[in-house]
Amino acid sequence: MKKLDKKGLQRLLQIIEITKDEEYCCDECYEHLDKFAELIRAGKPAAEIYPRVQQHLEVCLFCKEEFETLLKALDQTD
Amino acid sequence: MNYSNAEWIEYLSPPGDPEAIAELNRRLIRALQFSLSGKVPESHLEALNEEIAQEAVIRILDNLSSFRGESQFLTWATKIAVRLAYSELRRNRWKDISIEDVLPPDSDNDDFTPSFLADPGATPEKAAEQNALISIVQRIIEEELTQKQKDAILAVLSGGMPLEEVADRMGSNRNALYKLIHDARIRLRDRLNKEGISVKEILGVFS
Repeated sequence: MKKLDKKGLQRLLQIIEITKDEEYCCDECYEHLDKFAELIRAGKPAAEIYPRVQQHLEVCLFCKEEFETLLKALDQTD
Repeated sequence: MNYSNAEWIEYLSPPGDPEAIAELNRRLIRALQFSLSGKVPESHLEALNEEIAQEAVIRILDNLSSFRGESQFLTWATKIAVRLAYSELRRNRWKDISIEDVLPPDSDNDDFTPSFLADPGATPEKAAEQNALISIVQRIIEEELTQKQKDAILAVLSGGMPLEEVADRMGSNRNALYKLIHDARIRLRDRLNKEGISVKEILGVFS
């Protein structure tokens, strides 16, 4: 029987804690990511306006990584 | 050169103004250069950025009609370029690695004895309590999840394999895999609640 290691178990429990019945999948989050990024950069309450995007980025570290890179990239397009 | 959204759409729409296309390409290369620095060997960065920017321009030109003007055009375009960049980076990074390569070895016994998980400074009683909590979690995982869900969770959370890479090897796609793991999380959450086990309390074991 294969078991999660410490890192994996800890991470699983962290995301179980923030699991919602309805969540965006990756493409649903991606659909709104440009608007979300602009709100963040403008200092507006992005998480309140797009709570499901915020939640997805807390759960999905791969989308979060892309989003953080997008923010850095946008600094270069100004 | 700063175009408005309407100008970008007008100039990029067929047949496509070469100057606008070149400007878009330049902007994307610059955006990727700074944001991907450190993730790719410097010797490969320039060539990779140019390749991805070019691919992104093609993707953007093919999908202009899907731009709804709810953000700045360059924000939308940069989003596309970043997604492409990560798909490429992850595909290259994981191309020779199977799911089996990242799964942990089988445990020798059914009892979970995570001595490494328990707080090293804990008293024997505290350590026993901590280990018992973790054993319960492991048992619930075994009982509640399908084999596919267990493999997906192991590959992603312990193995660090990106969702799209795991999905590809399972004959699925990123969204379907996300939903598979989401369903698993809901099952585990509900079962833990049913057994009166606080996730916060278990997480406290790790701190």
